[in-house]
Amino acid sequence: MSFINYLSREINCKLVYYGPGLCGKTANLQYIYNKTNPGARGKMISLATETERTLFFDFLPLALGEIRGFKTRFHLYTVPGQVFYDASRKLILKGVDGVVFVADSQIARMEANMESLENLRTNLAEQGYSLDSMPFVIQYNKRDMPGVAPVEELRQMLNPNNAPEFEAVAPTGVGVFDTLKAVAKLVLTELKKAGG
Amino acid sequence: MAEPQMVMYAEEFHQIQGIVDSLVKSSNASVVFIIDKNGQLIAASGDSEHIDTTSLASLTAGNIAATGGMAKLLREREFTTQFHEGEKANIHIQLVDNRVILVVIFDKKTSLGLVRLRVKKSSESLGEIFQVLATKAQGSGQTPFAEITDDDIDNLFND
Repeated sequence: MSFINYLSREINCKLVYYGPGLCGKTANLQYIYNKTNPGARGKMISLATETERTLFFDFLPLALGEIRGFKTRFHLYTVPGQVFYDASRKLILKGVDGVVFVADSQIARMEANMESLENLRTNLAEQGYSLDSMPFVIQYNKRDMPGVAPVEELRQMLNPNNAPEFEAVAPTGVGVFDTLKAVAKLVLTELKKAGG
Repeated sequence: MAEPQMVMYAEEFHQIQGIVDSLVKSSNASVVFIIDKNGQLIAASGDSEHIDTTSLASLTAGNIAATGGMAKLLREREFTTQFHEGEKANIHIQLVDNRVILVVIFDKKTSLGLVRLRVKKSSESLGEIFQVLATKAQGSGQTPFAEITDDDIDNLFND
């Protein structure tokens, strides 16, 4: 649910990075944080365990620029990927405007990817959203790892509806901004449709 | 979409800001701010310059969401009030009308009793304003983005 402020001429949107544990959701936000002009971003907040696993969420506020005199701001969130944090994932999806599904390309993680994607669909449906009709992109992360599945196979398993998809290596930034731009564009296009 | 669009107009904003300003004074608080349940900052008053309000807003919303989750598990509708006591600063969090969150940060210059009393009064007025805003937002059906073009969107991403 975006928030339009006519007084300060701002529009705020919420993006959520979803995916199985250790797929690189936090790494995406960290790269964006490191490579963004400090004037265009706020602090990055990570609510993590002592072993740096996401406990509740990571949060990064980002200003993208102006459209027709309205400042566009995006709030980026990650969910905790580990299966048993499902209650927290549901909370973070509240009011979401766009979703990035970060898949782990390693063959050994295929089942975890599918389980997480199914979990995403279920949790969105509980709130009255459908993944098929909302801004949604897929990122095939960890393309630099040994034992990764071919993209065609990942697409077949995870992206039957041909959502925009990107190959990525989050720690080095490959595909990270392409993914962000794609989902941000879809969110803005959706707002345009809603207002038309 | 599952939730209605939150829209803020000048008239209601000034009313909200007025309530927040007077709450700072009447409760003798350090900072008061209002955020929506998704963590977007709506208004702030008091000595907020030294506080990262964006982060605080997001964390407060996370906190309220987590508490709401606990309420659901206990078959409660909502826990509407939270209070955290620190050595110097205290924070009072109030869910207003299940729509927005009123946060009061205060120190020894005032008391929890006074803060609670003033928050209760302010919550009622705020509830009414946000009700009006919700009705307005539903009725308008238009966003400033109605007239943007694909080029406008593309231009945003040309670095």
